[in-house]
Amino acid sequence: MILPALFFYLFAGICVASAVMVIASRNPVHSVLFLILAFVNASGLFVLLGAEFLAMILVVVYVGAVAVLFLFVIMMLDVDFAELRQGFLEYLPVGLLIGAVFLAELLLVAGGWAINPALVKTAVAPIPADITNTEALGLVLYTRYIHYFQISGIVLLVAMIGAIVLTLRHKPSVKRQDINVQNARTKAMAMEVRKVAVGQGLQDPPSREAAE
Amino acid sequence: MAEFFASAFWTGFLWPLIVMLAQSVLLLVVLLIAIAYILLADRKIWAAVQIRRGPNVVGPWGLLQSFADLLKFVLKEPIIPAGANKGVFLLAPLVTCVLALAAWAVVPVNPNWVIADINVGVLYIFAISSLSVYGIIMAGWASNSKYPFLAALRSAAQMVSYEVSIGFVIITVLLCAGTLNLSQLVAAQDTKYGALGWYWLPLFPMFVIFYVSALAETNRPPFDLVEAESELVAGFMVEYSSTPYLLFMLGEYVAIVTMCALATILFMGGWLPPIPYAPFTWVPGIVWFALKVLFFFFLIAMAKAIVPRYRYDQLMRLGWKVFLPMSLAMVVIVAAVLQFTGLAAK
Repeated sequence: MILPALFFYLFAGICVASAVMVIASRNPVHSVLFLILAFVNASGLFVLLGAEFLAMILVVVYVGAVAVLFLFVIMMLDVDFAELRQGFLEYLPVGLLIGAVFLAELLLVAGGWAINPALVKTAVAPIPADITNTEALGLVLYTRYIHYFQISGIVLLVAMIGAIVLTLRHKPSVKRQDINVQNARTKAMAMEVRKVAVGQGLQDPPSREAAE
Repeated sequence: MAEFFASAFWTGFLWPLIVMLAQSVLLLVVLLIAIAYILLADRKIWAAVQIRRGPNVVGPWGLLQSFADLLKFVLKEPIIPAGANKGVFLLAPLVTCVLALAAWAVVPVNPNWVIADINVGVLYIFAISSLSVYGIIMAGWASNSKYPFLAALRSAAQMVSYEVSIGFVIITVLLCAGTLNLSQLVAAQDTKYGALGWYWLPLFPMFVIFYVSALAETNRPPFDLVEAESELVAGFMVEYSSTPYLLFMLGEYVAIVTMCALATILFMGGWLPPIPYAPFTWVPGIVWFALKVLFFFFLIAMAKAIVPRYRYDQLMRLGWKVFLPMSLAMVVIVAAVLQFTGLAAK
């Protein structure tokens, strides 16, 4: 089949090109949009590998939720592009140094990389051949790795509660609606019928509390 | 020539590509023509509820109205605001429209009538619909104007919120069917009870939640706060005109029909006949599929005509404080029932 090879080069090419554009583009919103393009193409590569579940989860979680938040924050920021450019030359040597170190490390690790064919057979969980990879993931995730799964769930829960505690503030000055209280109001509680004598008006206007 | 047809290039590359393209083009053409009439039906139903006639001038009974609108949009002058970010501004409607159409790659309309019968079809549709929020954000930002930007923020928050409950609704259906493949989902509803064996009956609360969430997800009234003519003039697409606007509107309607198709597959048995005996089984499956999609669309169109618009905080409350806990609880209940009664799909 020539088709998968062609699609591989298509996805991989766009993925790398958009990754370059993430750091090369001048506008941060464009950077995020290129990042999203890179994510989508990476999920295309996952599909070609046969890991369709991971591909879809990558799109749903990273592109559909995380990147939306990125985009929100960056759109809200009042970024001064000229100021951003100013420090560029100043930090260039440090950036180059870190980049060179990373490149050297990657070359050291991946340069002599070779997968021993015998190693595949020693995998902890055997790779089943006749079931879909969603099912295969589920079978190991909820049995063999249940504790890791639960612990990561608890970590996320703690993080979520922490975020809510940090940001939720009830100011007494802010008027809030309570839908249940509103729905529980009856005709007797909400209104009062009075006879108003001609030329006199109401002698004792109802207080605000009584009306509510 | 015979040598060429036997070559690897032909069998491995060109022929599958031609078949794939032909199938896609056929599906898209049928879908777009159907949408032209669904759009007309939407306006006609709305008019009928308000005791108006609706579009009735172009063609017999107004049947060509959508095509006249298409011509009008295409022939108008596209205006790009001077302050707009031109590339992203023009990309946004394309993203909306292409993503909405891409979801149809996995929708089975009949046994084996599907372009890509992938194992994660449900997740694919879910992923595509979660991507469609980008069209709106990009449009709102690139317009470089306050009303579109505010509308885009509101709309994005709304779509992200209701996606969560739609996800849980889908999970309950998946628990019952035991598969992520859309064709197998329909096959799992093929029982001898016909319409009573489809998932809308055992999962009725989820069906209702899905219907309301679908309205919110596709920005339909009563949740059309994105457009909200009175507050946000016309939402994120204020600055758009001509063909780019047409693409937005098209994308919106394609997304609505996709939701109808998804509801048909998840809850109403896809192409299965409501009574699994002759003469109902003689009717081709695609007719049943189309009828069910139209029925679900009729429900959505009636909601537009009848229900007044929600306020934004009420919308958020409904999504996060009502639907999310309800659907979470139902996931637990459905899983427990399936586990302890031994009804779970093997």
